[in-house]
Amino acid sequence: MTRPVPTRTLLTGTALVAALALTSCAGPPAAGPSGSPTRIVLADAQPLGGYDPVDGYGELGVSPVFEGLLRPESTGDDRLPDLAPALAAAPPEPNGDSTVWDVELRTDVVFSDGSALDADDVVATYSAVLDPATASEIAASYSMIESVTATGDHSVRFTLHHPYYAFPARMSLGITPEEEITPGPAADSGRNRRPVGTGPYVLAELDAEQAVFEANPHYHGTAPQVTELVTLYLPDDNTRAQRMRAGGVDGTVLPPTAAATFAGADGVDVLSVRTADWRGLSLPAENAFASDGAARLAMNLAVDRDGIIEHVLAGHGRPAHTPVAEVYGEAHEPEAVFDHDPDEAARLLDGAGWREGPDGIRERDGDRAAFTLYYLASDSLRRDLATAFAAEMLPLGIEVDVRGGTWDDMGSHTADAAILLGGGDKPYDLDTQVYATLHTREEGTPTFENPGDLAVPGVDEALEDARRSPDAAERAELYREVQRAYVEHPTYVFLAFADHTYVSAENDWDSGPLVLEPHAHGVSWGPWWNLAGWRR
Amino acid sequence: MAAVTAGPTARGAARPRRTLWRDRRRALGGLALHRAVVGVPMLAGLSGLVFLLADRSPFDPLAAHLGARYQQVSAEQRESLSGALGFDAPWWQAWWAWVGDLLRGDLGWSRVYAMPVSEVFAERLPWTLLLSGTALAGAVLAALLLGTAAGLAPGGALDRAVTRTGVLVQAVPPFVLALGSVTVFAVLLRWAPVAGAAEPGEPHTAAGVARHLVLPAVTLALTQLPWALLAVRTAVARATGSEAVRAARARGLTPARVVAAHVLPVSLAPLATIVGARLPELVVGAVLVEEVFAWPGLAGAVVGSAQALDFPLLAALTVATTAVVLVGSLLADAAYLLLDPRVGTDA
Repeated sequence: MTRPVPTRTLLTGTALVAALALTSCAGPPAAGPSGSPTRIVLADAQPLGGYDPVDGYGELGVSPVFEGLLRPESTGDDRLPDLAPALAAAPPEPNGDSTVWDVELRTDVVFSDGSALDADDVVATYSAVLDPATASEIAASYSMIESVTATGDHSVRFTLHHPYYAFPARMSLGITPEEEITPGPAADSGRNRRPVGTGPYVLAELDAEQAVFEANPHYHGTAPQVTELVTLYLPDDNTRAQRMRAGGVDGTVLPPTAAATFAGADGVDVLSVRTADWRGLSLPAENAFASDGAARLAMNLAVDRDGIIEHVLAGHGRPAHTPVAEVYGEAHEPEAVFDHDPDEAARLLDGAGWREGPDGIRERDGDRAAFTLYYLASDSLRRDLATAFAAEMLPLGIEVDVRGGTWDDMGSHTADAAILLGGGDKPYDLDTQVYATLHTREEGTPTFENPGDLAVPGVDEALEDARRSPDAAERAELYREVQRAYVEHPTYVFLAFADHTYVSAENDWDSGPLVLEPHAHGVSWGPWWNLAGWRR
Repeated sequence: MAAVTAGPTARGAARPRRTLWRDRRRALGGLALHRAVVGVPMLAGLSGLVFLLADRSPFDPLAAHLGARYQQVSAEQRESLSGALGFDAPWWQAWWAWVGDLLRGDLGWSRVYAMPVSEVFAERLPWTLLLSGTALAGAVLAALLLGTAAGLAPGGALDRAVTRTGVLVQAVPPFVLALGSVTVFAVLLRWAPVAGAAEPGEPHTAAGVARHLVLPAVTLALTQLPWALLAVRTAVARATGSEAVRAARARGLTPARVVAAHVLPVSLAPLATIVGARLPELVVGAVLVEEVFAWPGLAGAVVGSAQALDFPLLAALTVATTAVVLVGSLLADAAYLLLDPRVGTDA
């Protein structure tokens, strides 16, 4: 058994590997980007692919690849963006009662595959969303549409089931060419990885690591000065933070506490962007304590919203008393707030007959002031908010049993337990922001909208009137009325609007105003939401 | 090399090796057949188990699919979505459809990556093979070098240092090792890139990939090194004390010849077996390392598909990983048969 040869080969091989390892370690040091680079590299927590507008990609009109009939045009994240024509040639024209909407399309728009945009593409995209066979994730948001038809080569008519002045907020859906619409579920469609749109960029490359977007040569608008956008998928918060520190990445999205570690770091800006993304809890109707209006009001008075924002959101948030944030301007009622007043809360509970029992928990006629609060177990922010809320209720003699669960678990407890919810996924109109949340449940209302089916006197009527009213001032007054009525008889405990936090390498670009953000966040938002509009 | 082949021992060595192959060919065939008879039904059962467990798990595939949008969907819409997406079929039906497609050569569609499962494999498998292959080769080479050096002088300073370090490294979880090496070498020292297989936006060049490969491969190799190293060290220490080696020394052979011709051949066989037996650990280590380093490999897809309950991809990955482990242990046993004539095939 004499076999010296393999050993010697092994030894030589080892030396080679060691030498290779040593030389390859001496790479160029990562340099922080500066000036105004025409290529922007962003690290996202969202998986790559899934670029199908039929399944909701870029639904609010913010996407490098797609454009809707309308797009949000922002003057800052402190107010609602305007919805301006993108693929539409002019603002949409409603009929007298907002049940029929006519839209003229631009005639000079070409998709990135070279085909021209016409009314059939718009009809095909909306029809695909509405078709149950595509199992579109966003179909529920378009249920008011009865039909969508082409009334000419470049004109489209939407006919709705009921009067709906807020329909323009549903016109930012990305438009894909008719030829791209295939039968079967949208989740299984090739559109997810080969998007064809009319936007300023085209997807040039997509592999397991990154997506590369390049300027769209067919784009009908002003050519973007940032000519290349690279998106990396780094799911781990720590990895994204480390990659940002090591340089080579121009920006990323981080949770508030992780973003705070970049405060004061050289060459890095920490950005906190306003949202309509509320967190709060629904209250159970089948619980003796929570079904008592006085108890609901007491809890709203007892909770210290500022304290929760400071400790749980690291200061990156604003108190929420109703689902209507300050950014809604005229329609926001500044008086509709709950003062932080635990003493008044205790007096209210005493007055309603809820007296402290032997274990410190209040009781009335044998019912304990106690309920279960569910949160989505995989969401650590919701867990922390639920825990903080429970801790604030205990001194008042209210026992909140905090429990993590899946959507499934929570779905079977909507009537007998409180649920920590998040909202504001479609914030660009107050109707989509508040209607389902505050209106009593109707046929087709999502399970987690007003799950306890609690009614606030006068609110249903005001919400319905606002939906029908063509006059903006009148709608604003109706929504203020909704908020005033709500704070008298609260049905939830809204806690905070969570700001979204981003870190971005300093550069000399003029990136324009930020935009008010929905519940969704990631590197398609933040300072990069309108990358095509960045100017030197 | 030339000195050996020219010598008379080489002619002597060539014959037994041929005979060895002839003797063992039948035994190897039997071993492979035996493993296949056990392995194939096991893989089939395992794939069914994946579907059964997924069905029994508290996680709802529709909730995983919709994510945050689940909150905005009504009960009727959930039913309609489940039907259109095929989530409402009983697990055995879903499994049976999956097996049928598999037999026709169709691995199914991965929803989490929005492409056919076969394309996910084609895109990611080379990256995993590159990383695990490099790491395994590095670990084995380092184990041979250090283990031999330590085993030749048991109880010496080098032996004590190597053994203690080995035990220490073995005790550190792979993800701690991975995050630690990123912090030290990529963020603080900036010797290596933090993550990925190429600079963002750059094409994959050989030099670029090599530079990005170093840190994850070394980390993965480190997680695999201790057991290999300790095995080699023990085997070498035992061989050094054996009569054959003492006799070789007595014949006046140079120390290098003694190690190369008498110590290592005896020590390699246990290493081959242990490499085969430890393949599952390499797979697990690769999952963690790929996740931390954002390596675009298949192991990272295990995490993605499990989180999203992407059944076709999850089942294919589970079956493929198990197959790799089974084949690895078969190869290790086969190597053992060829390396050590004393071993029988009763397994």
